[in-house]
Amino acid sequence: MSDSISRIGNVMALKPSNLPVNPELSPAKPFVRFENVSKRYGTYTVLDNLNLDIARNEKVSIIGPSGSGKTTVLRMLMTLERINDGIIWVDDEPLTHMQKNGKMVPATNAHMRRVRGKIGMVFQHFNLFPHMTALQNCMEAPISVLGLSKQEAEARAAELLDMVGLGDKKKHYPIQLSGGQKQRVAIARALAMRPKVMLFDEVTSALDPELVGEVLNVIRKLGAEHDLTMLMVTHQMGFAKEFSDRVCFFYGGKITEQGPPDQLFGNPQNERTRQFLSAVLEAG
Amino acid sequence: MTWDWSVVWEAFPYLYRGAIVTIQATILGFAIALILGLCFALIRQSPNRIVSASVTEIVEFIRSTPLLLQVFFVYFVGPQFGLNISAWVAGVGVLGIHYAAFCSECYRAGIENVEQGQWEACTALNLSPIRSWRVIILPQAIPPIVPSLGNYLISMFKDTPVLAAIAILEMLQQAKNFGSDNYRYLEVITMSGFFYLVFSLIASAIVQAVSYWLNRRYHLL
Repeated sequence: MSDSISRIGNVMALKPSNLPVNPELSPAKPFVRFENVSKRYGTYTVLDNLNLDIARNEKVSIIGPSGSGKTTVLRMLMTLERINDGIIWVDDEPLTHMQKNGKMVPATNAHMRRVRGKIGMVFQHFNLFPHMTALQNCMEAPISVLGLSKQEAEARAAELLDMVGLGDKKKHYPIQLSGGQKQRVAIARALAMRPKVMLFDEVTSALDPELVGEVLNVIRKLGAEHDLTMLMVTHQMGFAKEFSDRVCFFYGGKITEQGPPDQLFGNPQNERTRQFLSAVLEAG
Repeated sequence: MTWDWSVVWEAFPYLYRGAIVTIQATILGFAIALILGLCFALIRQSPNRIVSASVTEIVEFIRSTPLLLQVFFVYFVGPQFGLNISAWVAGVGVLGIHYAAFCSECYRAGIENVEQGQWEACTALNLSPIRSWRVIILPQAIPPIVPSLGNYLISMFKDTPVLAAIAILEMLQQAKNFGSDNYRYLEVITMSGFFYLVFSLIASAIVQAVSYWLNRRYHLL
């Protein structure tokens, strides 16, 4: 029930994102906002003047061919990449910039650290700490960043590992876990920081096919049981269709088409989207 | 000339005193090399180009000039610039700094071998830079390079006779003095060689044990 209510809220929050936006005029304030964001490597433009609003608790999938800039969107939001132009806002605060003497200046590391505390990320290659057990992986940041006591952190980490179905693997090291298990630990580790936004960067791409399901099930469960804004780059079209409130198709550093999954998959308007979808579907 | 055991016993106290000096210089020098080498390696990672480039140049300079020259420079030229230190401090200090330059290259290789994804995970979890280095990056960077660091321990040990040049009575100098006083070199020089061999073997075994233990401790094997 609460899920359906939040979905209605999300639909209301949707608006054409190709228009230049002004936070003061926005009818429903988005939780994450990319405002005229560009990213270039030398002369190569990865993202070109991106405008994207994501509502609180909205689940957005990003699809598109490789090199279209979709992973870069997540990496910029996680501050793993600096942007060249524009501003990214999170929860009404600029992430990439800060106010100084009434002007917007590029954010200091301290400012970025504070704001990005609201964001968690799960990576394609897990990036678990190999020298720590599953439990320790989930305890390190809550203790050293959030200041939790060891007992609190351990209880919470254990709870999260139970939630992702790894209650019996707490003392295992990453090397002793399968890919799917590693990725579930990585999800628990990110959740331990109590993020409001979760970023999933091709989280099933490095997994054997039979392990994809267990990871997607955890993400489904998160979507259903937690108030989380989720942004995922994925090649799992079936999952994107079933799980997301909105799907964005990226091509050449721009959002070529976006909309509710039924519309984007069922009746794509853009020629490039059609080509991409038919190629993906053909590949099975 | 035949081997004379009585000379061995007579020379033993001299060589023993020298051996103690040699071992002290090695341990102290290597402690400096390990710590200073890590500092060099960390400063080289600084995002500030001027800082990292100057440390790179310093390391390059130290690596490219002979140890003996550096010892002479600090001990004989240093006083002209107001650097009045004892032979022991100059000798051990230079030994440590010289090998710090080599160790820093080792550390650098270890640090660069840690996957970029580990850094990204640190950022995503909002760990502070110091915490990231201390708890995530260095525990993965150092265990694999312990054998190479151990090689420098043994090299440094074998370089300690350089200290004789500034009148530090390390073992080989004691052996030589004994030999020239008694006109017998065979026993003392052989004994010194034997000592260097034994110490090197022991040090190498310790390095292997430390390497094995660290890799197990951090589950990197």
